[in-house]
Amino acid sequence: MSKDETLGEALRRQGVTRRGFLKFCAATASMMALPPSMVPVIAAALESARRPSVIWLSFQECTGCTESLTRSHSPTVEGLIFDSISLDYHHTLQAASGSAAEAARETAMEENHGKYILVVDGSIPTDNPGYSTIAGISNRDMLEDAAKGAAAIVSVGTCAAFGGIPAAKPNPTGAVSVSDLVHDKPIINVPGCPPIPVVITGVLAHYLTFGTIPELDDLKRPKAYYGKSIHDRCYRRPFYDKGLFAETFDDEGARKGWCLYKLGCKGPTTYNACATVKWNEGTSFPIESGHPCLGCSEPGFWDGGSFYRAISTPTEDLSKAAVYAVGAGAVAGVALGAMNRAKKQKSVDAHEKVTIDDLDKEK
Amino acid sequence: MSGPSLQKGLAAFKEQIDAPVAAFFNSCMHCGMCADACLFYTETKDPTRTPIYKLEPLRKVWQQEYTFWGRSMKALGMSKPVTDEELGQWEELVYDSCTLCGRCSMVCPVGNDIAYMIRKMREGMAAAGHAPEGLIGATKRAVTIGSPMGVKLPALQAQIRHIEEDTGLEIPLDREGVDYMCLLSSMEIMNFPEYTAALAKIFHQAGVTWTISSEAFEATNSGIQIGVSEIAAELVQRIVDAAEKLKVKAVISPECGHAYMAIRWEGPNLVGKPFDFKVVHILEVLDELREQGRLKTTGKEMQRLTYHDPCQIARRGGVLEQPRRLLDMIADDFVEMPEAGVMNWCCGAGGGVSSNERADDLRLKVFNRKKAQLDAVQAEGLVSACANCRIHLEEGLEEYHMDLPVLSLTETIAEHLAEDKS
Amino acid sequence: MTETEFLLWVRGPALQIATIVFVLGIVVRILQMVMLGRKANLAEARGSALAGGLRTMVTRSVPDRGTFQRSTFTIVSGYIFHIGLFVTIFLYAPHILLIDEVFGVSWPALPTPVVDATAVVTIIALLAVLIHRIKDPVMRFLSGFSDYLVWLVTFLPLFTGYIAFHRIGLSPPMLIALHILSVELLMVVFPFTKLMHTFSLFIARYYNGAIAGYKGVQS
Repeated sequence: MSKDETLGEALRRQGVTRRGFLKFCAATASMMALPPSMVPVIAAALESARRPSVIWLSFQECTGCTESLTRSHSPTVEGLIFDSISLDYHHTLQAASGSAAEAARETAMEENHGKYILVVDGSIPTDNPGYSTIAGISNRDMLEDAAKGAAAIVSVGTCAAFGGIPAAKPNPTGAVSVSDLVHDKPIINVPGCPPIPVVITGVLAHYLTFGTIPELDDLKRPKAYYGKSIHDRCYRRPFYDKGLFAETFDDEGARKGWCLYKLGCKGPTTYNACATVKWNEGTSFPIESGHPCLGCSEPGFWDGGSFYRAISTPTEDLSKAAVYAVGAGAVAGVALGAMNRAKKQKSVDAHEKVTIDDLDKEK
Repeated sequence: MSGPSLQKGLAAFKEQIDAPVAAFFNSCMHCGMCADACLFYTETKDPTRTPIYKLEPLRKVWQQEYTFWGRSMKALGMSKPVTDEELGQWEELVYDSCTLCGRCSMVCPVGNDIAYMIRKMREGMAAAGHAPEGLIGATKRAVTIGSPMGVKLPALQAQIRHIEEDTGLEIPLDREGVDYMCLLSSMEIMNFPEYTAALAKIFHQAGVTWTISSEAFEATNSGIQIGVSEIAAELVQRIVDAAEKLKVKAVISPECGHAYMAIRWEGPNLVGKPFDFKVVHILEVLDELREQGRLKTTGKEMQRLTYHDPCQIARRGGVLEQPRRLLDMIADDFVEMPEAGVMNWCCGAGGGVSSNERADDLRLKVFNRKKAQLDAVQAEGLVSACANCRIHLEEGLEEYHMDLPVLSLTETIAEHLAEDKS
Repeated sequence: MTETEFLLWVRGPALQIATIVFVLGIVVRILQMVMLGRKANLAEARGSALAGGLRTMVTRSVPDRGTFQRSTFTIVSGYIFHIGLFVTIFLYAPHILLIDEVFGVSWPALPTPVVDATAVVTIIALLAVLIHRIKDPVMRFLSGFSDYLVWLVTFLPLFTGYIAFHRIGLSPPMLIALHILSVELLMVVFPFTKLMHTFSLFIARYYNGAIAGYKGVQS
């Protein structure tokens, strides 16, 4: 695809009809909670959008985010758009490799300085740069370098957004998020482990349409997709409200599709679009498949207590604390009790007899 | 150091605080239910008369001396110590507004025995010189003369002569080896000689051997009312010495409330060892004789009778069923007042209150509670088994213009003894 | 600190600290109390102190008729909020999970709507109890800072639990965090206040019943 091709030209070349294109714009508008009047605006913007330069850096990651985005049963418009924008540099996907790939990246950064979108997936190790490198360049150095000329940064996946599973105790690599290292550029966090594919492309579509960053919550997540909790949109909510819970993965309650709170579902404290948008083109999501929500789009979900222990349970060992407290309390209590006894005995021993002559106060 | 002092008072508080006291203070929820149970509150509506509040100085000492938090605050100079002035202010609450009746102890939802604590608090109050004048006087007389009312042996002997004349029966003095040594309250000796006469008649019929000790005939114990254990112990020791000297099997406590508490429950603990003899209340003796068939009565009181349970005998003493069984023998129409028995309302004069002239008006005011109980049954005769209750009940009934005779249970039984045909 | 981090802190280290203060404090207070001991009773017993003590531990929960008539509000409102607290704490599924996690025991929960309704009734009862404490002359006279603090730390977990469940006001993770924090506040305050009655009342009732039972009286 030529550099000067518009997005509309690129899609038509790949056989997307006008109708199909408009359907996509309408779906995008509705997912972003935009009114129908915005559809032609989106269409016009996407139609004439110059293919923006996108540099995709993959750091300390499992490649699940990229997999999520590229896995589709049939080509989708999202996928095609992605294809059309992400070719300047994608560590995993690009055809070129080695020094040629790095040269391509540097060229793209130079030519589009200040205008390209930097997409990052994976956390950045800060302990020893050698833990994760690309062509001998540490993740940290590459991020700092690439961030300089970026218009905006999209942290795709919980690792890039919040540190992710590599950051789990004891965080042996010193893994941190993009936001921990870059403070002077607009950052959009698109967490999830992995994020829902259409969420990734929806964010990009917003940027392409409006040239602005969508409204973000205080964790820098787009409110359009992360504004509601799983719990508030979960189809199993009526069971929660009634107090009907599955006790094990295969009991009667589980088979009846009862609430998975007791099995550790973090739905009530997790913000994402899983319950409405779902996965695999709306096929299902973890809860619907019978597995409790892990809370994977929230910071710290990896150290927030077991995935299979409910939110109402403590994340640390309370029994141990209690046992130590009983022991310490017994020691302190016996000591203080002995002091009490001694004080009392002292008073008893020092008792001054009260006779009838000792009753009158000079009043 | 002699003479009362704040330091002695506080030391006494410290001595008196034990595990029950600590448990009680730890548990108090400031719910105020004890106030609703205390006639000194219900009839005055004065919140300072809330039973648990009467213990505030003791509670402060507990907190400041026996809790980690309290001790720490004290060490940091952040707590208010109990002052002599404070004890002075509490005198009226601890002595005038409390008869140790123990109704509060029955009602407290967390189980506080408040009367138990008031008794202990008095040890400190007295040692600090904050006991009422009237009660101090009574105590001095009890120790020096042998009777809080100043009744000496000659007065007793005079009464005995009259009774012997009236009944034709002997009142044995200083008899050795008998079943029972009888104690008498000064009140009974002076105001109710019919009680002693009744004893003579009943014991004669039942074939009980008994005596009165010329060295220890006084039943009352000002020591436990004022709250000075060593004085209380001295008074009890006189009885113990006499009982041992006369080698009696048991000592009878008469129709007097606190006397029973003093000799039966506090006695051995005051003198520091168990008794070699038994201690019984006259009602227990009479009930036992009834059970053994040795108490034969005839005829019944036809007037409607009700019974006032003296606090120290019933609720705090454990003698509850005996009077009812005895009344069953001689009462044709017996009714129970509402809340009779273990929840009975105090007459208002026990625990040293009647020895305290300063408390006279208050004592008569709170009689209203008793009046309400009586009004509910419309009795024609009020029976009881405590001479102090009796005197105060009579005063109260007169104050409120109620025509209701107050009877002694023992005396009433004696009046119905079957004639000795021999 | 983000909301999620706050929630994790509250569910983790904060809860450990609160547990330690709570348990240690209670053990110390109980030992300080009972180690003062009691002198042996040398008088001849009429009845059993042990039987009396055990009996009163239970029967003191049932007031006699006259007392009930005179202290009706205190007794009824007291029962309502105590039972309400028991239901909302111990018969609600998520709480039972917590207990199971810590103590290894669990039991069936009541349906959540029942617990929810109970929470409403209990909140109302606690508000009524506060008003009563302020208006009743004896209670007002007896009450000080500690009494009102205890009311507040008892009320907050119930109130925050209710709004957390219904997701009213703040974000749900924050509401849940505040709820757990309010419980931690209650735990930390507990050993220093009359909340100790939760444990000490059994000891106090025992002593009461034992003293009376020794004399043959049922108190």
